[in-house]
Amino acid sequence: MRKVKIAGVGLIRVSEYWDKPIQSLFAEASMKSMKDAGIDAVDKVYVSNMGGSLMQDQLNLAAVMADSLGTPGLPATRIEAGSASGGVAFHEAVQAVASGYSDAVMVTGVEKLSDILPEVVTTGLAMAEEQEYTAYTGVTKAGIAAMIHRLYMDLYATPEEVCMMAVKSHEHAVGCKHAQYPFKMSLQRAMSSPMEADPIHMMECSGIGDGAASLILVPADDEGVEVAGTAVSTDYTSIAARQDPLEMKAIKTAADRAYKMAKIKATDIDLAEVQDDFSINGVLGIEGLGLAKPGKGAKLVNSDDVDKEGKIPVNTFGGLKARGNPLGATGIYQLAEIAWQLQGKAGDHQIPDAKIGVAENMGGMASICAVNVLRRADK
Amino acid sequence: MSVPRYWRNEVPRYRLQGEECSQCGAKYFPTRPVCKCGSTDFKPYKLAERGEVVTWTTISSAPTGFEKYVPYVVALIELEDGCKVLSQVVDIAPDAVEAGLKVEAVFRKVKEDGKEGILQYGYKFRPVVE
Ligand SMILES: [Zn+2]
Repeated sequence: MRKVKIAGVGLIRVSEYWDKPIQSLFAEASMKSMKDAGIDAVDKVYVSNMGGSLMQDQLNLAAVMADSLGTPGLPATRIEAGSASGGVAFHEAVQAVASGYSDAVMVTGVEKLSDILPEVVTTGLAMAEEQEYTAYTGVTKAGIAAMIHRLYMDLYATPEEVCMMAVKSHEHAVGCKHAQYPFKMSLQRAMSSPMEADPIHMMECSGIGDGAASLILVPADDEGVEVAGTAVSTDYTSIAARQDPLEMKAIKTAADRAYKMAKIKATDIDLAEVQDDFSINGVLGIEGLGLAKPGKGAKLVNSDDVDKEGKIPVNTFGGLKARGNPLGATGIYQLAEIAWQLQGKAGDHQIPDAKIGVAENMGGMASICAVNVLRRADK
Repeated sequence: MSVPRYWRNEVPRYRLQGEECSQCGAKYFPTRPVCKCGSTDFKPYKLAERGEVVTWTTISSAPTGFEKYVPYVVALIELEDGCKVLSQVVDIAPDAVEAGLKVEAVFRKVKEDGKEGILQYGYKFRPVVE
């Protein structure tokens, strides 16, 4: 198996692009990553996207996206794994290079949520849950997270302590050029926002945004940013089927596998990107990655350890909450941001001497989770 | 939802019926093709109809088809036989729901699939009145 590195990074600001079709977003990020890699062609493209079949009525998205690049003949595959589409697509793209089958692979995540009404987005998000017995109850994605949030608060933390996850992500987004919401949000403002699904407030949820982010993967050469570990895991999709609904086994299992492959422990990690589409999910991501013990994630978030100068900075460009959450593209944004940190190209967001970064990207309520570990190669 | 798909789910949804593995006794609702023990041999199992609320939320931004029910409560319920189900809890003000609330299964309309679609029925739970 060959080692794999990230040779190019490209992304656009998460925003609402009323004037552009999904093709334009895809092509813009893809051209940027190719330019960054100094290449003008790839031999395979992975498209990560969650909702194109609902939001753009578009099946066969891989062909439509490849078409947008103007180069007929390009092999293309679309990966859909709910909100984890990006992390899972990256996992597949790495294997294409590692196996020797492909030498230059592009993985571009794209999502366009502004083409439909917010209530259809709510329905689309619930489509990542099992339909006949989970979505059937009328529960939403926020609703499932809310039930877990309540269990967590009963045992481990106050509502404010969990909400701090969203506050911290916003703090980190200040000055971020590609963030949808690059401003601070006070704890008081978040806690006084209306309930989305109690006990989750509206300002504890990631918003609706369009985005595209792209990475170029090639065989490693002991320079730049290497893929040290990559893993995907799944779990019973319904929280009712799990022995302990608070235990996000897919996150833990994927992290264990990725760390084993990278030959690291959680304590070796310099920075992390976690799936804070709801504040509680960010907290559980931190715990699943082993950065805090079960039940201690909210406490960690309330310390300076997760800040830019802290021991383990989390969501250094604002996470899903503030950088934005264009679903199928989100996992690629996370990895692009970590790559910038390890390349020393993170500007005002730079973590000093970052060597190892990890991204946790889950779909459903951790019914699937991708954990990817990037490492700065030592010459 | 299509007619065959609805029809397949009638018995489990109307009767709160799952399956029990003939090998290891594990109980499943909804049913699944393969047990955690590897067995594919199941017999029907009728779930307990009473249980208590473990955790819950109130939905105010609903998916398509549920808009006119908002606000409504969805809960994770542990039944008296140890099985867990997700369900709406009805006939109670959202603010009055609490952990440990005793509830019982009830047959209700769940949603309408548009003007000409299927009227979907099934289980919801309501507070037990002693
Ligand atoms: Zn069994």
